[in-house]
Amino acid sequence: MPKLTIDGREIEVEAGTTILQAAEQLDPPIEIPRFCYHERLAVAGNCRMCLVEVEKMPKPVASCAMPVGEGMVVHTNNANVRKARQGVMEFLLINHPLDCPICDQGGECDLQDQAVAYGGDRGRYCEEKRAVEDKDYGPLIQTMMTRCIQCTRCIRFISEIAGTPVLGGLHRSEHLEVGRYVNAAVSSELSGNLIDLCPVGALTNKPAAFTYRAWELKRTESVDAMDALGAAIRIDSRGNEVVRVLPRVNDDINEEWLGDRSRFAVDGLRRQRLDRCYIRKDGRLVPASWPEAFAAIAAKAKGLPGSKIAAIAGDQADCESLLALKELMASLGSAHLDCRQDGARLDGSVRASYLFNSTVAGIETADALLIVGSNPRKEAPVLNARIRKRYLKGGFRIARIGHKSDLTYKYEALGDNPAVLAEIAAGRHPFFDVLKNASRPAIILGQGALARADGAAILAQAARLADAAGLIKDGWNGFNVLHTAAARVGGLDLGFLPGPGGLDTDGIAAAAGKGDVELVFLAGADEIEMAALGKAFVVYLGTHGDAGAHRADVVLPTAAYTEKSATFVNTEGRAQRTKLAVFPPGEAKEDWKVIRALSDALGKPLAFDTVGQLRGRHPLFSQLDQLRPAAWAACGTDGALLDKPLVSSVDNYYMTDPISRASKTMAECTASFGAGCGCNHKKTGTHG
Amino acid sequence: MSNETEMTSFAFTPENLDLAKKIIAKYPAGKQQSAVMPLLDLAQRQVGWTSIAVIEYIAQMLDMAPIRVQEVVTFYTMYNQRPVGKYHVQVCTNICCLLRGSDGVGETAKQVLGVEWGETSPDGQFTLSEVECLGACVNAPMMQVNDDYYEDLTPDSTKAVLEALKRGETPAVGPQNGRQFSAPEGGPTSLTELTFGTEKA
Repeated sequence: MPKLTIDGREIEVEAGTTILQAAEQLDPPIEIPRFCYHERLAVAGNCRMCLVEVEKMPKPVASCAMPVGEGMVVHTNNANVRKARQGVMEFLLINHPLDCPICDQGGECDLQDQAVAYGGDRGRYCEEKRAVEDKDYGPLIQTMMTRCIQCTRCIRFISEIAGTPVLGGLHRSEHLEVGRYVNAAVSSELSGNLIDLCPVGALTNKPAAFTYRAWELKRTESVDAMDALGAAIRIDSRGNEVVRVLPRVNDDINEEWLGDRSRFAVDGLRRQRLDRCYIRKDGRLVPASWPEAFAAIAAKAKGLPGSKIAAIAGDQADCESLLALKELMASLGSAHLDCRQDGARLDGSVRASYLFNSTVAGIETADALLIVGSNPRKEAPVLNARIRKRYLKGGFRIARIGHKSDLTYKYEALGDNPAVLAEIAAGRHPFFDVLKNASRPAIILGQGALARADGAAILAQAARLADAAGLIKDGWNGFNVLHTAAARVGGLDLGFLPGPGGLDTDGIAAAAGKGDVELVFLAGADEIEMAALGKAFVVYLGTHGDAGAHRADVVLPTAAYTEKSATFVNTEGRAQRTKLAVFPPGEAKEDWKVIRALSDALGKPLAFDTVGQLRGRHPLFSQLDQLRPAAWAACGTDGALLDKPLVSSVDNYYMTDPISRASKTMAECTASFGAGCGCNHKKTGTHG
Repeated sequence: MSNETEMTSFAFTPENLDLAKKIIAKYPAGKQQSAVMPLLDLAQRQVGWTSIAVIEYIAQMLDMAPIRVQEVVTFYTMYNQRPVGKYHVQVCTNICCLLRGSDGVGETAKQVLGVEWGETSPDGQFTLSEVECLGACVNAPMMQVNDDYYEDLTPDSTKAVLEALKRGETPAVGPQNGRQFSAPEGGPTSLTELTFGTEKA
């Protein structure tokens, strides 16, 4: 390993490390200024801001691109280096407008900060500045291309990480512009990350344009609940309003990326909100107080046997409310409860049967992958970026059973019939040998494969394949279920499932339609067929005036994931806790408190009064941010496979839940990018 | 990038397709993208310019993102991003040609062809472009018509060349003042006994 000296401090680093990385490995690290260099992107070396002096080299060198050598003596802050940086900065500022006071990047701008730290105090440029035409990057990204310093981070991100190469550097020299390919939209589900990557104000947050200054915002570190990955996020709020959501670094899950829905659906938190109770009177929902609403529910529940009461939990229900509701249902004597509103044929008996066992980070170590009934690009774009990252390293065979679409990497399309899975599981398909011969084979089973009548049979086939092809071995479990709902794994872990003799979601709907179930609690469940509930008395606990609230007889307003400290278990089985960034609107309350108060009104007070007591009632809550190993066992139920194509459970990435359906930004995305595959790499006749 | 999209589809002719395959075969397997520049040139020779249809066709042929091909097209000025006439007249106006009278060459060309810089004559025969140095400074001023250099121009000889082209003739390429290639004006001053090929010194 080469040993070098940086600013008089000796360090030994691995061969191939660059000078810039070596400087960061020092303790305390030396930070070398940079614009184009980003540790997760390819090295470009074109901004020249990271110049350092290396003894015996005639000119300053770009430290981001220069590998270390034995005995190098590097100076990162002598007079020559300072002069070089000042010169680079002067060149960068030649064509950069001085519009910081009206620029949304102001206050969190790399160029601004580094101009202060490393620039000169005046420019000598008296000629005309150039102006660049702004580009249309769609409803999420505001462009101001005159501000662009051509670091090419956006070009590299969209090509390498997002896998939708639509951006490029057009023309040359003085006329160089970053632009998009004609007629191609910046439609990647990860496009919001361009805003974070842009070191200047060329690409900014369009929905939030001109609404905030960076220094006014309160920052709350939290966890995303818009999909089942549980990405680390930072909620920036002002007053009682969420202004924007940014990703935080979490190398176990999202690295530092975030999907566009998680980032941009936040305007949905302000629209269509339920901020008070409602009771249906003469067919109309009329505002009511909490005691009135509780009284109406109590009047209905009075004398009703438990067998006529049911509960269905939605996709964003937190673990606290699921546990509280489960206990309430138990005290009411009902076994009819289900957290699988999509009807996924998963049960809670084998924990490994419903987890993403390889872990999100672990998928990068897989060497063969079979995707069944899932479109990871739509269901978990950040995970899809991981799969693409693994694909780019090479030696990774991917096959897919399901609807054909662009996943940003190449795969073998094995058709969309579940019978193919049975073929592979039985060892009669060539891809069986690919999995068998791989050292870390994996399968991703989507909800599209499980939420159907033959879901249990597909699960059984997948489990058989896992055993036969050696997907589970020492230190590796390649059996992965990809969830799309933040609430699902938590619900399965807590056993929010039909008890003995209890009905599942379909059963509850059927029974309600026949009048066998008279009282239905919907904990944020909006994606079920409301008409099927017949004449049942529906109590809806939720955040938005969505399908559930429209059907409800009593509406109880609760808090969204940004408005409470709540626990969610992600698709890998990792319990994580959100933090309260803003308060729930109006009279809305945290979900578990509503259920606790309701239990009093129903005369069955639950045995906890604080969230601490509630969390003490299940071990899940004490194991935050860690993965509990799940033992593997056969799962699913053998049965006939339907001759019905496997499709992804997510049709429109931009609208999957009450928050994103209420979001104007997401509606614009749906209009711009369409609900289909969203891919412009290979255009079809309907594009443009 | 031009928004002109009159070319809705493009494909190589069978002969050019054979040629394209030969060009691609020059590069190692998997490095076929290196063929992008010769293929663009081939396409431009076939249809006169590199339209979006050309870019998409070549991108698909070389398994590249179309934007990567567009970057190449916009980087090099020799790829025409708009249609050009049958004769693409490119007049050098860089320093050597300027000092030797390229202003007169340019003005004459404009008058004879009846177009301004960057325009195509109404009959679609001529496109006049102002270009940077074409590397024939010793024979300045000069202009390039398609693949041919016309050098040592004066306003009169420029007019003569363009009029001849208009009549459908092919004027003799090279210096228009009787000079031999880049030899000194008035004949060689040294190595006077040497002959070049069939020509007499």
